[in-house]
Amino acid sequence: MSEVDAKTLEESEERAYGFWLFLMSDAILFSLLFATYAIMVTATDNGPDRTEIFGYWRTAANTALLLSSSLTMGLASIAICETRKSASFQWIFVTMILALAFLVLEIQEFAGLIAQGAGPDRSGFLSAYFTLVGTHGAHVIVGLIWMAVLCLHLALRPIGPEIQSITERLTMFWHLVGIVWIGIYSLVYLPGLYQ
Amino acid sequence: MSDVKRHKREVRNYLVGFGLAVLLTIIPFAITAAGGLSRTWFDLAILLAAVVQVLVHLRYFLHIDLRHTPRENLLALGFTGVLMVLMIGGTLWIMGNLTARMMGT
Repeated sequence: MSEVDAKTLEESEERAYGFWLFLMSDAILFSLLFATYAIMVTATDNGPDRTEIFGYWRTAANTALLLSSSLTMGLASIAICETRKSASFQWIFVTMILALAFLVLEIQEFAGLIAQGAGPDRSGFLSAYFTLVGTHGAHVIVGLIWMAVLCLHLALRPIGPEIQSITERLTMFWHLVGIVWIGIYSLVYLPGLYQ
Repeated sequence: MSDVKRHKREVRNYLVGFGLAVLLTIIPFAITAAGGLSRTWFDLAILLAAVVQVLVHLRYFLHIDLRHTPRENLLALGFTGVLMVLMIGGTLWIMGNLTARMMGT
């Protein structure tokens, strides 16, 4: 390995470690939002409670979309590691479509709730729900923008250590978004849907 | 190891993780649809499936491995786990206690 390569490798490892620390702090942020939700879940102020506002199939579809996107993101990262450009584009494109479909379903859900008077201002329960799920949705939006930027990099330059290092961090980020969703469907949606 | 072999191993790693994750997702959704469990057993089953699925994602998607992942990364992960338990547990304990006192139940 040449001196330049070794330096790039070290730099990229340092960045990955720094990004890992950020992800851990992000996970702590989400765990506090989960704790807030758990406390607020009974604070419905005679408004709708958790058994009335969630849809089973919408939750299942969102889960399927996000889980599949974790797989396609992983396949994209493998393709980029192996400098196979067309496969990289293909998998990132599929990941973006899945993420976009997830966002459309979630925005529809939020708009529907607000239209039926179950917006975040209705009760403590709904404030906590919108904060938790909305923060996750904001992460999905950031991930989508990041993927678009990565596509630009891929279109303009040959795949090198720089792009591979960006991809490594994006993949870590996207998998964290997937892990948070496990918590959301398990602790928010399914307990509300169970009769 | 040849590139082809490594490629196959990495892809297989993701597919195995995905298969396990799908299974661990279908179980809680099926339990929810089927009904019939008491609330306590339902909560326990869902929580267990979620914890196992998080471990599957960490192992197969984020490639966390007790032997190969750098120690400082594992340390940060472990510390995060401790903080989560303290903060979620502490919040539920204190706020639950407060609610009980205020409601007189």
